[in-house]
Amino acid sequence: MEKISGSQAIIRCLQEEGVKIIFGFPGGAVIDLYDALMDSEITNVLVRHEQGAVHAADGLARVTGEVGVALLTSGPGATNGVTAIATAYMDSIPLVILTGQVPTALIGNDAFQEVDIVGITRPCTKHNYLVKDVKDLVPTLREAFHIARTGRPGPVLVDLPKDVVAKMVDFTEKKPIRMQNYQPTYEPHPGQIEKACKKILKAKNPVLYVGGGVILSNASEELTELAKKLNIPVTMTLMGLGGFPGSDPLSMGMLGMHGSYTANMAVAHSDLLIAVGARFDDRVTGRLDAFAPHATIIHIDIDPTSISKNVKVDIPIVADCKNALLAINTWFNNSADFNRDQIIASHEPWLATIDEWTKKHPMCYIDEGEIIKPQYVIEMLDKLTHGDAIITTEVGQNQMWAAQFYKFNKPRQWATSGGLGTMGYGLPAAIGAKMAFPDKTVIDVAGDGSIQMNIQELATAKQYKCPVKVAILNNNYLGMVRQWQELFYNKRYAGTVMEVTPDFVMLAQAYGAVGLRATKKSEVEAVIKEALATDNTVMMDFVIAREECVFPMVPAGKATTDMLLV
Amino acid sequence: MKHTISVLLQNKPGVLSRVTGLFSGRGFNIESLSVAETLESSISCLTLVTRGDEAIIEQITKQLHKLIDVIKVTDISDSEYVEREMVLIRVKAEAQTRAEVLRVIDIFRGKVVDVSPKSYAVEVTGSASKVQAIIDILKPIGIQEIVRTGTIAMARASKK
Repeated sequence: MEKISGSQAIIRCLQEEGVKIIFGFPGGAVIDLYDALMDSEITNVLVRHEQGAVHAADGLARVTGEVGVALLTSGPGATNGVTAIATAYMDSIPLVILTGQVPTALIGNDAFQEVDIVGITRPCTKHNYLVKDVKDLVPTLREAFHIARTGRPGPVLVDLPKDVVAKMVDFTEKKPIRMQNYQPTYEPHPGQIEKACKKILKAKNPVLYVGGGVILSNASEELTELAKKLNIPVTMTLMGLGGFPGSDPLSMGMLGMHGSYTANMAVAHSDLLIAVGARFDDRVTGRLDAFAPHATIIHIDIDPTSISKNVKVDIPIVADCKNALLAINTWFNNSADFNRDQIIASHEPWLATIDEWTKKHPMCYIDEGEIIKPQYVIEMLDKLTHGDAIITTEVGQNQMWAAQFYKFNKPRQWATSGGLGTMGYGLPAAIGAKMAFPDKTVIDVAGDGSIQMNIQELATAKQYKCPVKVAILNNNYLGMVRQWQELFYNKRYAGTVMEVTPDFVMLAQAYGAVGLRATKKSEVEAVIKEALATDNTVMMDFVIAREECVFPMVPAGKATTDMLLV
Repeated sequence: MKHTISVLLQNKPGVLSRVTGLFSGRGFNIESLSVAETLESSISCLTLVTRGDEAIIEQITKQLHKLIDVIKVTDISDSEYVEREMVLIRVKAEAQTRAEVLRVIDIFRGKVVDVSPKSYAVEVTGSASKVQAIIDILKPIGIQEIVRTGTIAMARASKK
């Protein structure tokens, strides 16, 4: 057997797992690892802040479906990554985060740049490890990748003391991983599938409620087949966008707090809600007792803890979404009770009702001449990229407008911090996505507030010739909080006025990127066209209607039918 | 309702912290918790007593099961089971109460494990309610110190 150093073994493990790019920031505790990395074919992306490293790995993971990898040093390097790790955890994104640690002899001594990162990240990782013996190094890394990508995916952190990675170790051959205590359920129970299908056949007003699980399990095709086969309207959560084609007539768009009128009305009036890879988040359900009050609920999810956590489920199906949808489709294909034409016809009255809701309150905004409406910017981005760009977002109004007005027709073209709502996510995530797919257009839809949380990553984009585009919807406010203050706090704009905002055009130039600005509606199209045609990182500054609100809106704690409309 | 949950877990550093962190992070309550090695030194058995309605207990067992280091979760109170707790009580025992204390200990089948001129230390084992009962009886006499192990429990074997 071959003896190599711990750091070489780590690199070997990464290559074994198919890792081509890692994002990181060096420090004393990981010098050995960086040294070994230099001789490997893995591209090492030097970010400007560790949060950016983990978000970039997360962006890469969301658009490729592969495990993203970040490498951080001990102490502050590791703690800087925590927000981004929590972001990935909330959205079930597969990551492996390698952190340096002080030598084992110093652990617990308050050594320089020592922090108990395993303790700190216990509640925001799927699992984590401290490797104390070099013999455990390779098996631990393999287990980390296995846990990150299987079951309900999530971030796994491996803490690596400096002396452990410096030691020599036998590099053992990889064997299939079998963990006695970790065996996710992939295959649905046939009895539950049959029960669900029979229920679906009887439903008059069914709704498919689709979450991020459909994206994670690559189940869009199976989902689309089911919806079309039975003529069932589909609504998606923020995380589920792209799971079903947004421009399909059966799509009702997003549901929940800033969902469409149609989607929220349809859920409220449905007699059968088929939840697929969704988790009944409070931003989706609003007041719980008023959520889908007439519906029987079928819930497909790989994570049993998601089922009946917030809303009591009638027919639980613990399985991988793709396998469960396949089983459902197969059941219908083989069932003598299933008459497709009859089912399609029987749902026509329901679809007609849904159409009426859309006609009554379509997703819309009020045009105000030359004032730039943020929704118009998103519509133009959609039009000029033919709906084919990868869109990342920051968090707040910018995120909601992007979700509402960009038509996502494919999975994995959308990366946004859904569960945690992390401002500063979009730019590093865009870099991760662009590094994975250099030929794709990648746009970060941002606000003037959140872009400043990780704006330093413009330097990373420049260094790695990563021509991402940033579209700032600039209203000189922390817009979403300001909107709540306008609606519920008597317009007392406490702490939300950005009295000083940098000149984003000059700032872009300072980083060697291109800065463009539009202050009138008629300039928007030209700015976007120029940005798309420029082979450089571009920051677009759209000076938008200052006090534009995101509508529809369901006030927190209200029933989802209680919507504030345009 | 009170539930006694038995958890088998890997006997590794940090595992107990994952369990207690889960309870504090999700707002579940722990009434008592007791943990020690099983026959196999690499596996620990943890018995915890918690309270909640059906939905909460369902979440607790599912969330425990989701922890990678957890091997098996059983809600013991779903079936017939025996539970035991041990308590050590140092009770005031002066001339006029010494005989009375000994009588009480005898009724509860307790043992005196330490004697001083002014106190007895008593060991009593039993269900949580029995332990509570002796504490209530001895309280008026004067309890100086008390240490409880927390409940441990085991499902009864099938009668078939």
